[in-house]
Amino acid sequence: MSEFTLWDILRNLLLATRWTIVLSLVSFVGGSLVGALLLLLRIGYNKAGRVFARGYIELFQGTPLLMQLFLAFFGLGLFGIDVPAWLAAGLALILWTAAFLAEIWRGCVEAIAKGQWEASSSLGMGYIQQMRYVILPQALKIAVPPTVGFSVQVVKGTALTSIIGFVELSKAGTVVTNATFEPFTVYGLVALIYFCLCWPLSKSSQILERKLNVAHRNH
Amino acid sequence: MSLIEITEVKKRFGDNEVLKGINIDVEPGEVIAIIGKSGSGKSTLLRCINGLETIDEGSISVAGAQLLPDDLHLKALRLKVGMIFQGFNLFPHLTAGKNVMLSQMVVKKTPKAEAEVMAKKMLDRVGLGHKFDAYPDQLSGGQQQRVAIARALAMQPIALLCDEITSALDPELVNEVLAVVKELASEGMTLLMVTHEMRFARDVCSRVVFMHQGRVHEIGPPGEVFANPQTPELKQFLGMQ
Repeated sequence: MSEFTLWDILRNLLLATRWTIVLSLVSFVGGSLVGALLLLLRIGYNKAGRVFARGYIELFQGTPLLMQLFLAFFGLGLFGIDVPAWLAAGLALILWTAAFLAEIWRGCVEAIAKGQWEASSSLGMGYIQQMRYVILPQALKIAVPPTVGFSVQVVKGTALTSIIGFVELSKAGTVVTNATFEPFTVYGLVALIYFCLCWPLSKSSQILERKLNVAHRNH
Repeated sequence: MSLIEITEVKKRFGDNEVLKGINIDVEPGEVIAIIGKSGSGKSTLLRCINGLETIDEGSISVAGAQLLPDDLHLKALRLKVGMIFQGFNLFPHLTAGKNVMLSQMVVKKTPKAEAEVMAKKMLDRVGLGHKFDAYPDQLSGGQQQRVAIARALAMQPIALLCDEITSALDPELVNEVLAVVKELASEGMTLLMVTHEMRFARDVCSRVVFMHQGRVHEIGPPGEVFANPQTPELKQFLGMQ
């Protein structure tokens, strides 16, 4: 049996970390775009759009991410569509992220005082103008800390994709453990790497919250 | 023809009838104070005139145009009638100047340079020309309310609705806002104001409307209404009993 140095283990884990980062970024960026669309449907004038967005959000928030991954991976396979693990992982995480971000952002839009709508109405602005110039600029500001905070959940969520066979950090941990028989060392390192990814995000969320609150102090 | 014609206006919130048939005609240049207890429907009436609440029965017309609850008619109405609120409602992410410029640019499509000139002029008019670049949270309550007045004036309305505009202010700040309103009145602006400032109503207004339980209970020149109230409700409201 060959010997593995700590560096061998770490190097392999770090290589797999690239995929965790890529998957996180894809999920977050894709989820933001889909989430923005959902948000507009959710708070828009169109009733069908509102019902759809609401149902979508409740569905994705009300089921485990793992089930969504299984459905994306195996479910489409039932229809004869061969879905590679990376595609199923990316797709499921984008849709999942979108549901949560849409709901977080809806809270931010609704946190804007009613008087802002009334004042802009009384000045003759229409719905889209109010959104564009009055409501969203303020909502975006308060949305930054919770959005950055949620990105931590996305990074950790990518770990689940190891179960459908996508080789990211967690999956690499399993593979390396099987080769080295050193689970404690390997998973310890895996946890440490996740922490190094997530901690700066939570910290910056906290700092942003404090900073934006100061700018917002009298409202 | 009257500038604002309010005819048999009724408004219900669920089972609660807040306005029970209001008739008021406002002539150009009139300054009208609406007084009454809270819950008498005075703020609701004002909000109906601006289309912030829809009316259930009756009609409101401003300068001959009917108030209809579709976007096009509402927008046309709101260009004629400005509104100022108790809570100022300035846009906190914009400077005072930008607050005054925004609606000119996006609603009237006024070019930026022109909107800026107008904003400066209107802020000067309320005595805040030097605060053009200040954000709302850097201004006192009285200053914020004056910016709100400038913002409404920049749309060049033919009438202004003031909904308890001094009620959220510290006592020492009330006068600076009332001074601005007084000046507008003297320049011939048509004003409808819900107010608790009885002395101001007496000094400045051409007519006083006393509302009680969703109806116009008494209406007349301030001299008559304040000196010689006809109904026990008004006497009680004025503390004469």
